[in-house]
Amino acid sequence: MQLQYFLILAAALFCIGIYGLINSRNAVRVLMSVELMLNAVNLNLMAFSNYLDPIDVKGQVFTVFVIAIAAAEAAVGLAIVLAIYRNRDTVDMEQFNLLKW
Amino acid sequence: MNLADGVQLVSLALLSAMMLGAALGVVLLTNVVYSAFLLGGTFISVAGLYLLLNADFVAFAQVLIYVGAVNVLIIFAIMLVNKRQDFAPVAKGWIRKAATAVVCLGLFALLTTMVLVTPWALSPEMGAAAGAIVTIGQHFFTDYLLPFELASILLLMALVGAIILARREFLLEEPELATEQRVLTLPERPRELAGAAPGASDRTTTTNPSDQNN
Repeated sequence: MQLQYFLILAAALFCIGIYGLINSRNAVRVLMSVELMLNAVNLNLMAFSNYLDPIDVKGQVFTVFVIAIAAAEAAVGLAIVLAIYRNRDTVDMEQFNLLKW
Repeated sequence: MNLADGVQLVSLALLSAMMLGAALGVVLLTNVVYSAFLLGGTFISVAGLYLLLNADFVAFAQVLIYVGAVNVLIIFAIMLVNKRQDFAPVAKGWIRKAATAVVCLGLFALLTTMVLVTPWALSPEMGAAAGAIVTIGQHFFTDYLLPFELASILLLMALVGAIILARREFLLEEPELATEQRVLTLPERPRELAGAAPGASDRTTTTNPSDQNN
């Protein structure tokens, strides 16, 4: 029964991340929501690794990869937010319509 | 249920309450600084959950990378773009909120039923927590060697890309160009070229933009 607890917990965290991703006006908060979703995926991987594959822990290997990619994503994303802030003088997601139409 | 199971269950309940509360705070609070610090709380709670899952190395890496690097980076970004502005309300903004909430709750219900219905093939043997780091190292250098090296290359690319994106460009100011350029530049103090240390990056020498705003 423990596996289901962790999976439901990860699902809840992922849904909170989606809600924040869509509804945030601040660009930095959008990046934070992306981090929440990545953490939910990591929690899933770790739960599967512990309960379904405890001998060779491949889920932990994937989690380490995801953590590395998430660090790179955070660095590049925040640099993009800084560049947009320099150009547009705002962090409002509603005004980032350079490529929209 | 023996004592260890009880302790595990109680700590699982505590950590999940902390994690979900902090995540809701990240999403719902209006002050983005509180959100950033609560994000650190979420990361620490997830690291505690990793400890419950017999993964000490990944919990350590989580605290080191997420709390130590990503969260600090986010807080620095918040300080750099520290602009107090009230976002103009969008017309029919509540429709998007309500639709997102419905979609998220639906997705959560779907995932929950999937998790509860699926017969998981639970492994009978227990994992050895102490030997996990040895196994991870063996995976990294045998069958996951190519993704490991690719991750290092990608980290290098992200490093260079972040520096190039966040760097300030020095434009050769022509007089007629300067008038139209002034609209697009950030209202911040120009950088002292002589006073700044050569090793100091742009981020440390960039002053707070808000003190020029108000």
